Amino acid sequence: MSPELINLLVQATADTLTMVALSAAIGTLLGLPLGVFLATSRRGELLAAPALNAALGVIVNATRSTPFIILVVAIIPFSRLVAGTSIGTYAASVPLTVAATPYIARLVEAAIREVDHGLVEAARAFGASPWQIIRKVLIPEALPGIVLGLTLAVVSLVGYSAMAGAVGGGGLGDLGIRYGYQRFRPDMMLAVVVVLIVLVQVFQSAGERLARRLNRRHRQS
Amino acid sequence: MPTLPSPRELSDTPLIRFESVSKTYPARKGAALVTALSGIDLAIPAGTILGVIGRSGAGKSTLIRLINGLERPSAGRVVVGDAEVSSLPERELRRVRARVGMIFQHFNLLSSRNVADNVALPLEIAGWKRAAIRGRVAELLALVGLEAQAGRYPAELSGGQKQRVGIARALATEPDVLLSDEATSALDPETTRSILALLKRINRDLGLTIVLITHEMSVIRAVADDVAVIDRGAIVERGTVYEVFTRPQAEVTRSLLAGEVGLDLPAGLAERISADPRPGGVPVLRLALRGAQADTAIIARLARETGIEAVILAGAVDEIGGQRFGSLALGLSPGEEAAARAQAYLAALDITADLLGYLPPAQEVAKDVAQGAARVA
Repeated sequence: MSPELINLLVQATADTLTMVALSAAIGTLLGLPLGVFLATSRRGELLAAPALNAALGVIVNATRSTPFIILVVAIIPFSRLVAGTSIGTYAASVPLTVAATPYIARLVEAAIREVDHGLVEAARAFGASPWQIIRKVLIPEALPGIVLGLTLAVVSLVGYSAMAGAVGGGGLGDLGIRYGYQRFRPDMMLAVVVVLIVLVQVFQSAGERLARRLNRRHRQS
Repeated sequence: MPTLPSPRELSDTPLIRFESVSKTYPARKGAALVTALSGIDLAIPAGTILGVIGRSGAGKSTLIRLINGLERPSAGRVVVGDAEVSSLPERELRRVRARVGMIFQHFNLLSSRNVADNVALPLEIAGWKRAAIRGRVAELLALVGLEAQAGRYPAELSGGQKQRVGIARALATEPDVLLSDEATSALDPETTRSILALLKRINRDLGLTIVLITHEMSVIRAVADDVAVIDRGAIVERGTVYEVFTRPQAEVTRSLLAGEVGLDLPAGLAERISADPRPGGVPVLRLALRGAQADTAIIARLARETGIEAVILAGAVDEIGGQRFGSLALGLSPGEEAAARAQAYLAALDITADLLGYLPPAQEVAKDVAQGAARVA
């Protein structure tokens, strides 16, 4: 491959990483509290609000069931409002974040619900407020599960970001389509795929290693 | 006859009071309304250890959770100290809970925190300063003998060590009351003994009032001063451990006591015994020997003064709550008349003797008695 093509590849990788990092970061910022609330607002739980819980559940499910490629197009006005433009890496990060947030929320919810209910009861017995229970018990105990969930989300975002590339977002997906497919450059296509595989591998094993380090449940001396 | 309050009840106002407390759970889809507790009246004096015993599902868990407001009664009042727990709003309830520690069957330690940080949790919740927490945690770990384990995680500890962490954590905020929810049920007998000894020591040294629920009479016997027996949501028996163990009234109490103080006949005998005083049948009496009676040469005296000989069929002589107690099943010289005379003689000595029934005369165990009786005659 020529130096120009290599430059393109490096630039596209950087764009993909930007999109994934931005949407994962903002998605976590929004999805973590949403997931905690989904887990704790069910009937009989700490912040019981069954009606609100059900309403949020419907919104989360609706967002998650919309095909991503349709979501990207459907929220173009919103993307333009947020990013100032409807094309480019930052604009593409908006639908990615919108897709990532409910996904992360569900993963966090699942991790929180795995926490032994006895721990919540113990904390209540010591006079903890719901907020203290969430901060000192639920989140720390669910952390290994949350980290694994976030890893899953990041890996999915790498794939979604390639789709976002198809609508002018740049990044590796865009590069693969334009150079590899439309200009018929199998070497470029192969290079894009290899970089994506490496990225996913790195994220997955880093996430798993972190989760293992955080998990004290099965540690033996 | 009016029942008089025991001296302890006169001298101490109770720290914990249940007044006509009921708890029902609303009907769910496909299930009727569930009554967990009904008409509970209970007074627990400060500084005592009350054991609440019952079969699973009897309402013990609900009862103990009413004390720290984890459950709210459907009717009646629960008062701890000067706080009416049953009607306090959640926010004020949290302050009361800092004065009521709790330990659990499955320990409920945070797996993400090491021993010291687990013990620190209630202190963090109560808003203690970091430096103060460190000192208090060191004190507590010394109290339960876990100084060396401060940096280890729950997954690295034995069950007994985990419960010691649980106890240290429960005592962190210097509570007046400790609630123990089947705290030894997941532990082996030896570890159970050491945990119960620790609870007893805490009760003695810190003057802590302890309410423990269990389904094992041996636990009650090892630590409790008083016992309440709960069955199908109601307290069916209440008294000192010695009273309840030596004179159980309710059927459920007797059944829970089975094997604990020699009240039961061995299975082989129990199935041959009948109420029918057939000719030559051997009457079986069960004697409850309390206090100094347990030191009386009762069989020899019975033979000497009534001419009735007895063999010991089953029994145990032991110490309960620091007092001697014996339970003996005796096979007597044959005949209804012998049984009646023996009972009358024992009653004069203030010894409770229940006639359990008669064994057929052909029994091996009865031969000696029959021969003995023939000799006397």
